Amino acid sequence: MASMDQSKIRNFCIIAHIDHGKSTLADRIIEMTGLLTSREMQAQVLDNMDLERERGITIKAQTVRTVYKAKNGEEYIFNLIDTPGHVDFNYEVSRSLAACDGAVLVVDAAQGIEAQTLANVYLALDHDLDVLPVINKIDLPSAEPQRVIDEIEDVIGIEAQDAPQISAKTGQNIADVLEAIVERIPAPTGDPDAPLKGLIFDSLYDSYKGVIVFCRIKEGTVRRGTPIRMMATGAEADVVEVGYFGAGQFIPCEELSAGMVGYLTASIKNVKDTRVGDTITSRERPCAEPLPGYKKVLPMVYCGMYPADGAKYPDLRDALEKLQLNDASLQFEPETSIALGFGFRCGFLGLLHLEIIQERLEREYGLDLVTTAPGVIYKVHRTNGEVIELTNPSNLPDPAEIEYMEEPMVSAEIMVTTEFIGSIMELCQERRGVYLGMEYMEETRALLKYELPLNEIIYDFFDALKSRSRGYASFDYDMKGYVQADLVKLDILINKEEVDALSFIVHSSTAYERGRKMCEKLKEEIPRHLFEIPIQAAVGSKIIARETVKAMRKDVLAKCYGGDITRKKKLLEKQKEGKKRMRQIGNVEIPQKAFMSVLKLDDK
Amino acid sequence: MINKSSESQRELEIYVHIPFCVRKCAYCDFLSVPAEEAVRSRYVEVLKDELRQKAAAGEEHVVTSVFIGGGTPSILEGVQLAGIVKELRRWFSVEEYAEITVECNPGTLNREKLACYRDSGVNRLSLGLQSADDRELKLLGRIHTFKEFLESFSLARSMGFANVNVDLMSALPGQSRESWQRTLNQVLALKPEHISAYSLMIEEGTPFYERFRPGGPEAGLLPDEDIERQMYYDTRDILAAEGYQRYEISNYAKPGFACRHNLGYWERKEYLGLGLGASSLRGHVRCRNQENLEAYLAGDWRCQEVTELARKDELEETMFLGLRKTEGVYLTEELLKVYERVLADLERKGLLFREKGRARLTELGIDVSSYALAEFLL
Repeated sequence: MASMDQSKIRNFCIIAHIDHGKSTLADRIIEMTGLLTSREMQAQVLDNMDLERERGITIKAQTVRTVYKAKNGEEYIFNLIDTPGHVDFNYEVSRSLAACDGAVLVVDAAQGIEAQTLANVYLALDHDLDVLPVINKIDLPSAEPQRVIDEIEDVIGIEAQDAPQISAKTGQNIADVLEAIVERIPAPTGDPDAPLKGLIFDSLYDSYKGVIVFCRIKEGTVRRGTPIRMMATGAEADVVEVGYFGAGQFIPCEELSAGMVGYLTASIKNVKDTRVGDTITSRERPCAEPLPGYKKVLPMVYCGMYPADGAKYPDLRDALEKLQLNDASLQFEPETSIALGFGFRCGFLGLLHLEIIQERLEREYGLDLVTTAPGVIYKVHRTNGEVIELTNPSNLPDPAEIEYMEEPMVSAEIMVTTEFIGSIMELCQERRGVYLGMEYMEETRALLKYELPLNEIIYDFFDALKSRSRGYASFDYDMKGYVQADLVKLDILINKEEVDALSFIVHSSTAYERGRKMCEKLKEEIPRHLFEIPIQAAVGSKIIARETVKAMRKDVLAKCYGGDITRKKKLLEKQKEGKKRMRQIGNVEIPQKAFMSVLKLDDK
Repeated sequence: MINKSSESQRELEIYVHIPFCVRKCAYCDFLSVPAEEAVRSRYVEVLKDELRQKAAAGEEHVVTSVFIGGGTPSILEGVQLAGIVKELRRWFSVEEYAEITVECNPGTLNREKLACYRDSGVNRLSLGLQSADDRELKLLGRIHTFKEFLESFSLARSMGFANVNVDLMSALPGQSRESWQRTLNQVLALKPEHISAYSLMIEEGTPFYERFRPGGPEAGLLPDEDIERQMYYDTRDILAAEGYQRYEISNYAKPGFACRHNLGYWERKEYLGLGLGASSLRGHVRCRNQENLEAYLAGDWRCQEVTELARKDELEETMFLGLRKTEGVYLTEELLKVYERVLADLERKGLLFREKGRARLTELGIDVSSYALAEFLL
């Protein structure tokens, strides 16, 4: 594989709105290029985490190299870099794109352009990628390929008349895509003899090899023994192995030279040393300056995670440490809650990232977790001039010591069919959105632009958006910075006792509404006890809402017939089991899921 | 009477299940279906095979009670049912004064059947009335009227049955306290020896579930919890005034007429279940016959769910079964050691009290008995 002919390499990614068929097309490409037989293919080869397959989304960038024999008789190396498909992972997407020379844009022939289609296309164009449109799902009865082609030309402004029209599901016309990749995606450039300059676009931790760094070599050549340095983190190591990506496996090779995509290992112990976006160079002959665009990704959403069984605290710490080996954007530090005991305040890129980590902790590490309501980072300006970055509502200083507070904002783009514009605008207004403008994509669809507080969209905004548009709205956002806001801490008292894990920060204008809904929700979640339980919402010392869980009057087992004791015992066991999943606060038992109920307050 | 040598013999109760009825009631989730005469007689023959084989296989026991339940056992011909009792007497050593109960439905009884029962040794009848209000009976999907019940009851008396239970059901959809009190008083006028009074449970898989399940279209017709509890207190008070003692959460009897068979379940006596889906407790093993009628008729009466009880399970059962009785549970040293904390906690909550070495549920404890009893699971 040494002295690779750059003109025979195609580095590309596939971009698409969620569910438009990105992973299915990737599967077909791998299948058609003959590295795998149909029997070896587990559906969707690239999404190799169970969780990804179940949710139908790609979380980590995945890369595969295949060999394609084109109609012109030449063999081409395809490096397909699959990108994460969610706004939480935008930075990873942008680094993956930077590793490519072109992008295959998949658009659903029935649904047309969606919010993420646009966001991804703009990202790709920002990286000077050539975009090759592909119309997918032409087998659907509702497919309108020509309408979608026109839409792509009108809205995005790229030539699409001869876009391949395919069905990734049935395999129809996939060959057209392969030929188009050869013809329309440019070959890489770069001088193999220049000083080494490689872009890290992903990394993962392997317990035998240490960190495996995924990289695109822009200039120069790297091989076993090359002494390398990561230019942003300053970490240094000597390369142990270089190679490329087979389907689901690592295949070592002699060297990686300019234009190639592959991996390297160098006995690196921590993914923190190999940040996505950083530039690898050689210590012997370093390049003059790093590749542009590196930034350290910072968590945007925080929540408390506690083991349901307090004795599992060390297990939770171990599990978080292991996950962090592979996910440098996950942050955590120990904290203590009066209600929940010992746990961790964890930082995530967004709500999806949070949910994924939570599910992995529960599935892969068998942990039963209690998660508190997620919140964002608030900036608290104290009267003494100090600024606190607040991630846990319980740490909010006394109001008398607060000069003012700031909250993070996002600029959001929502694509919606015209019939739902009214209800979506209403939703954005309820969430304190500032209307920025609206553009019509075509007669029946519009792009709404809003500035929204991040803390209003991390709760149940996605669900609300879907339910108020019957699933038709799509959504994308960018961070905008901080603005001053009138924020208060809402406390929840159960049987007159404040439950710290249920406190959250809200805008004062929505405190009453949220307090009321929170009390109603908790009333549903908390089982009846032998005594009456008041549930109150308070801001400071002022009670703003109240509900009551009535005392239990009756709970009697029916007759025990014909001596069927086993069945009766099962009923009692179920009752007992339910109690185990409770947290004792004072003399009230609160189900663990109640701590997440703040997430589900939208009742429309 | 038992002779000296039988002191070493273990006592055994026998439950016989007859899974047939004229028509399924709207609230019923028991194992019971309407069936043709040919199926019924085949069933009786298979049942006899089962009892012969299980009698031969088992150790020597003295049988202290027999309960033939259903379904509606009285749907069988008199000779069929008497045949089962006779076969039991032939293959098991049934105590001379053993309690032998047959469950009957008004509308299926006649003089000939009752004569057969009496002559085979049946000495206790349990009549399923449920309500004295014909509208309520119709709602429940019962096949009889109150008048037909009265005829069955007096027929039973005239045939010499001196130990009769009446099954009643409160908390019916649309039922008022007054209506329930009328049912109680009309039944008391007959002076039965025993009354079982249960609250209606809305069980999944029944027509009632579709209508009255939580959140169901007609759930609002069910009496609320306060009225339901009031009906329970009415039952206790009205029956106490007439000399019926509540000996279990839902069972009331004149002195000396508590149902021995049922008490056996709460006291963890050994019992053998015969027939489709019947449960057994033998030694340290609970099991249950299979529930598939065709397989059973083909002669497969193997136990399906076999649970080997550990000491922990037995202690749990001792408590959660025994506390259903108003006399409660005698606290052995072992029970005290295992449950001291639970007992103290329930005492503190006012659900349980201790007296003369026994633990008993308070009235509040009875109201929320599932909550209290679940605490005894280890």
